[in-house]
Order: sequence, then structure tokens, then C-alpha cells
Amino acid sequence: MKVWLAHHAAAFRLALRRLTAAPVNSLLSLLAVGVALALPAGGQMLLANALHLAGTTSAVPQISIFMASNAERKAAAEIESRLGRYGGVKNVQFLPREETLARMKANTGLRDVIEVLPGNPFPDAFVVTATDDRPEAMEKLAVEFRRWPKVEHVQLDSAWVRRLDALLKLGRTAVALLGVLLGAGLIAISFSIIRMQVLTHRAEIEVSQLLGATDGFIQRPFLYYGVLLGLGGGIVAWLLVGAAALWLRAPLGELVRLYDLTLVLQALDVRDSALLLGFAAGLGWLGAMISLRQHLKQS
Amino acid sequence: MIRFDRVAKRYPPGLDALSDLSFEVEEREMVVVNGHSGAGKSTLLKLIAAVEKPTAGAVLVGGQNVGGLARAALPYLRRRIGMVFQDQKLLFDRNVFENVMLPLAIAGFPPREAAQRVRAALDKVGLASREKALPVMLSGGEQQRLAIARAVVNRPSLLLADEPTAHLDSETAADVARIFHEFHYVGVTILIATYANELFSGARRLQLDHGRLLP
Repeated sequence: MKVWLAHHAAAFRLALRRLTAAPVNSLLSLLAVGVALALPAGGQMLLANALHLAGTTSAVPQISIFMASNAERKAAAEIESRLGRYGGVKNVQFLPREETLARMKANTGLRDVIEVLPGNPFPDAFVVTATDDRPEAMEKLAVEFRRWPKVEHVQLDSAWVRRLDALLKLGRTAVALLGVLLGAGLIAISFSIIRMQVLTHRAEIEVSQLLGATDGFIQRPFLYYGVLLGLGGGIVAWLLVGAAALWLRAPLGELVRLYDLTLVLQALDVRDSALLLGFAAGLGWLGAMISLRQHLKQS
Repeated sequence: MIRFDRVAKRYPPGLDALSDLSFEVEEREMVVVNGHSGAGKSTLLKLIAAVEKPTAGAVLVGGQNVGGLARAALPYLRRRIGMVFQDQKLLFDRNVFENVMLPLAIAGFPPREAAQRVRAALDKVGLASREKALPVMLSGGEQQRLAIARAVVNRPSLLLADEPTAHLDSETAADVARIFHEFHYVGVTILIATYANELFSGARRLQLDHGRLLP
């Protein structure tokens, strides 16, 4: 067992030595693997954040009621009291137009736009939740509200929750597809890099065979090389995704704030990071294995 | 130890390297294979280590028909044979110590015992002080002695050498020949393909001519 470990350690050291012997080559190889992995990993990062966002957002469907912009406060009060009495309404939140304006002005990006507009472009609004939040019941309420005086527009917010859900499903499929595609790409990259390695060390392989080396012995350092390549590429991908998350955090936070949501973009969590590194190492190994099989079969 | 039974080796497209070759080498014997360039000396040695397979006949090493060995069995045959190649086949990116270490690493020796054996082998060929040197830093004679150290570090019972004294000046060649004699004295069976008969006086001679054994 100890001897076996010592031989694996020796093969590992040899692989490491070969990796560091040509630093520019190795760095570029790691970058190639890293970029290939960063795409699905980045997709997964965005998806995880979107899922988190969807989870924290009230999944309770809401109905937004917008008053006509020329409606007076009295009309709004009238609606508010009607909503309070109306069966099936669970909760009503009144959003006065002044407050909306102030909130929108607080956003530096929108302030300039709002300031050139005459008057207050925002109407009074209500956000209503229903006791029965099934889509059909919600739709019925919306139809009723539309008939009320001075109500300009009624919007069912359950629609966007459903849309988000469908979008996330699509996102998940896209990430999986990207993962499979670029995983295959990684195998191909590893295959050709190991092939180059094998050709570089052809003399050594030949001598080892003449001295009685088994295929296993010959493959070992190359397999470690493949694993290191995948793992190193995985780390590069992880760093790229982490950097992208940091970079996008402020602008994306700003964007979602416009939708009244808060999002602090997170890099990959522990589970996803472990998966990324594990897959990267495994695929590096697989590419190396295929390459070696092919070479040793010929010799 | 070694038996050739009507062995022929033909390379495509129809070049006969060896034809109808039969001989035996006893255990602890030292045999020199002579012959002009292209007489088939190298091929003969390659057949013993199963680097090549005979087109006809049987090559028996220790009673085992090595021409019929499966690919997976070849490593274990080769670990019992020490080989000094015509072109030496040293690894130029590894130092002297690491070159000699290779067969032991391949055979799976524990590192500490292996290191002792490597030092003993290097001492035997007079390279004990050049452990850390890279092969390019060695002279021709030293490189040849390094190749021999690598061939014997496994303590094989059979040692094959292809032109081990070619390209060496007479003094260095005599030095290398002396090393082979020493291994012969301690009981190693040795087969040497060479032009330099005078260096291996006392060895039995096999004379090859165009792939055939001369009586």
C-alpha cells in the first residue's frame, strides 16, 4: 500500500513537473479549459441567483390596480374603501403617486428622465392580494376591478411569476445543454493536449515499454496530467465566474431594484463549486484516457 | 536459457533478416554474436526480448515461447532481461540517478530499496560520483556505462547488449567489456552483438551471415 502510494506520488510529481516545465503552454491550456468551463458555470451561477431571487420574491400572485392619471385622491379613497369591503380581497396596499415619484427619483438613472417630464407621470396605485390566488379566481377579480370608476389599468402579476418560472426552466435546460456541449469540448481539449504530451514523451514511453512497463505505469503520469489540467481549468473557470459575479453585482442590483427586488449576485456556492471542479477533473481524466488508449493501441 | 528453433524473421516487403536459425544458450554462458552490418544481430536480440516477433519458428526464453506472449505479458518478460541498446535510449531530461531508477520504478520497488540498488549499480560501473549529472554532460563511455547500469540494476539473469562498445575509443571499450566480464563471473547469462571479438575473448561465438548461422 505504501509502495503503491509512493508510485502514485511519483507519477503525480512527474505530471506536475511536466505541467510547470512549459509554463506558457500550460497556462494557455488552462485558460482554454477554463473559458470553456466558465460558460456553463457562469450560466449555473446566474441561474442559481435567479432561482434565489424567485424564491425570495413573493410567489403570492398580486393584482396591481392603476388609477387614471387625472383621477383625484377622492376617487382613490373610494376605490380603497371598496376594496376593503370586497369579498375575496385579502390585503390592500395603497401606493400614492407622490411616493412612487419620490422613489423613482431616488434612482440616479431615472431622475433625469423624470425631471424633463411635465408633472407626475405616475398614477395612484393599489397592490391587492386575494384570498383565493388560483389564476382563474384572480382573473375574475381583475375583470371586476376593471369595471370600477377611474380605474385605468389592472394587471395580474401572477402572469410574470409564471413567465419567470417558465424562463427558469428554459434556463436550466440551456445550462445543461451548454454543460454537455462544453464538457464534450473539454474532453476534446484534454485529448489533444495529452496527445501532444504523449508525442513529446514518445522516447520515454518507448524506453519504459522496453524496460517492462505496463500500460498502467505509462498512463499514470499522463492521467494525472489530464486531471491537473481539468482541475486547473476548473479553478480558472471558478475565478472567472467569481470575478464576473463581483463585476455584475452593482449594475445588476441596480437593475432589479427597479423591479422592487433586491439581489446581491453571489458567486458559485460550495456545492456548485465542488461539482464544477469534480466534473472538470473527471473530464480531463477521460480525455487523457481516450488519448492514451488510442496511442498505446497503436504501439 | 535461450533456445532458437528454426527461427525466421521477415520484414515487409520481403526482406529476410533471419532464416532458419537454431541455437541454444546455456545458463551463465557468455555468447558473442558476430556478423557484418545487416547480418541480423540486432533482430536476434530483439526476438529474445519480444520487441519483434518471429515470422516462423519458436524463440524460447527460460522455457517460455516469447513469440506467442500476449501484449499484457510482455512487461513481465522484459523485467527479467537487462538490455543495452545500440542507441542507448537514455532519457535526456532525467539525471543519471533517475535514468537508472526507471526500471526499478517500473518494477514497483519500494523507493528506499530502489535508491540503494541504483547507487550499487552506479558504483559498479564507476558512475557513483555522477549521480546528479544529466546524460548530455557525460562522455560517450560514461553514457554507455550508464546504459549498462540501467540494464543491470534489476539484477536480471539475462543481459542483452547490442554493440555496447561501438563508437568508443579502445581504452573505454576495454573498460566497458570488463564490466560485462564481471557480470558474467557472477553468473549472469550474457548475449552481446558486436564486431569487437577481441574484447570478449573467452566467449562463445555465433557467426551470422545474411541472417543465417555459419557453422
